[in-house]
Amino acid sequence: MSAEQHAPSATEYIQHHLINLSSPQTTGGAYNFWTFHLDTFWVALILGFVFVALFGLVARRVSVDKPTKFQLFIELIVELVDNHVKEIFHGKSKLIAPLALTVFVWIVLMNAMDFLPVDLLPLLGQKVGLHYLRVVPTADINQGLAMSLSVIILSILLGIQAKGAGGFIKEFFTAPFHAEGMGMKIVLMPVNAAMQCIEYGSRGLSLALRLVGNMFAGELVFMLIALLPWWGQLIPGSAWAIFHILIVVLQAYIFMMLTIVYCSLAVEEH
Amino acid sequence: MQPNASLFGQALVFAILVLFTWKFIWPPLIAALEERAKRIADGLSAADKAKNDLELVEKRIAEELRKAKTQAAEIIAQAEKRAAQIVDEAKDEGRAAGEREKAAAQAEIEQQAHHAREELRQQVSLLAIAGAEKILRKEIDSSRHADLLASLKSEL
Repeated sequence: MSAEQHAPSATEYIQHHLINLSSPQTTGGAYNFWTFHLDTFWVALILGFVFVALFGLVARRVSVDKPTKFQLFIELIVELVDNHVKEIFHGKSKLIAPLALTVFVWIVLMNAMDFLPVDLLPLLGQKVGLHYLRVVPTADINQGLAMSLSVIILSILLGIQAKGAGGFIKEFFTAPFHAEGMGMKIVLMPVNAAMQCIEYGSRGLSLALRLVGNMFAGELVFMLIALLPWWGQLIPGSAWAIFHILIVVLQAYIFMMLTIVYCSLAVEEH
Repeated sequence: MQPNASLFGQALVFAILVLFTWKFIWPPLIAALEERAKRIADGLSAADKAKNDLELVEKRIAEELRKAKTQAAEIIAQAEKRAAQIVDEAKDEGRAAGEREKAAAQAEIEQQAHHAREELRQQVSLLAIAGAEKILRKEIDSSRHADLLASLKSEL
């Protein structure tokens, strides 16, 4: 680690902050698909446990008559998600609402890691021998893509469940462009198939990139602010953090809404 | 910013979280919410029902009160009528009794007057006869004129 020899330049500082703790550790050199981001994995897992623990505890001790304030807070979130799902999703699946809840809370928690001082965990990590650490899992494209692809695959499965395999394949080749004659139908088949692939692909990609891009940019701004002299950090740091509260919740909300929308689009007839 | 094998790890964590939420977190929470919503709805409908019941009861009370009032008024009217009747009867009776007594008294008076007149007549006739006797003693023989005297006595 170069910091021990000399103070890092701004570029070095930022580059260093953008390297994941991975296995095997790469430092931004040659691309190797079989690297595994340990920091993303563990932070996401721990925050997942936090979510499951908080909600699971409330769910276990749920009281209809005498809810605690914390239960009411949890219920507020659950009700928000449930209302959106009821409004948008008209299929039979009972999985969508829990899925949307998980997506929302988990992403909020992961995004909220941005609020920790940008150097806090990496410095602590250095003390225990972790030379690289990125603390915001949602600023890692893997986290966003993993979720968005899961959602897209799930929406395809829901479509197959709702329309049957035959119905789904038929739609794959006959929508979005409809034709009357047999000949035209055959002509449009590859076009439709291509359109459907693009549709699913772009859904997955845009869903992931929107979230990751926002969080990555947010993290980057925090790093830039951290590069300012100490007396100049307070005001821009506070301002960006306050603004970031909005982004954190908004991005999670958008991801949740789009998850519901994509699932409902999949089960609806074209 | 290239995707790598982390994808699978993150997808796995995501899947586990979703499954856990689906199985263990969502059902009790939503059940509690629905139960509470149901209770609130039940409570509201019960309150509505109670309000309606109260209105009905109030209406019935008013009705009963009205009935009772009219009944009371009827009873009072009847009682007044009866009282007036009793008074009238008593008056009539009193008047009749008075009249009867008056009649009896009158009859007695008349009888006594009659009696007195009769007595007076007798005495007057006796006196007349005595007077006549005194006058006639000098010139009329009482035995000769007895017939005449008797007829005189009856005429008086």
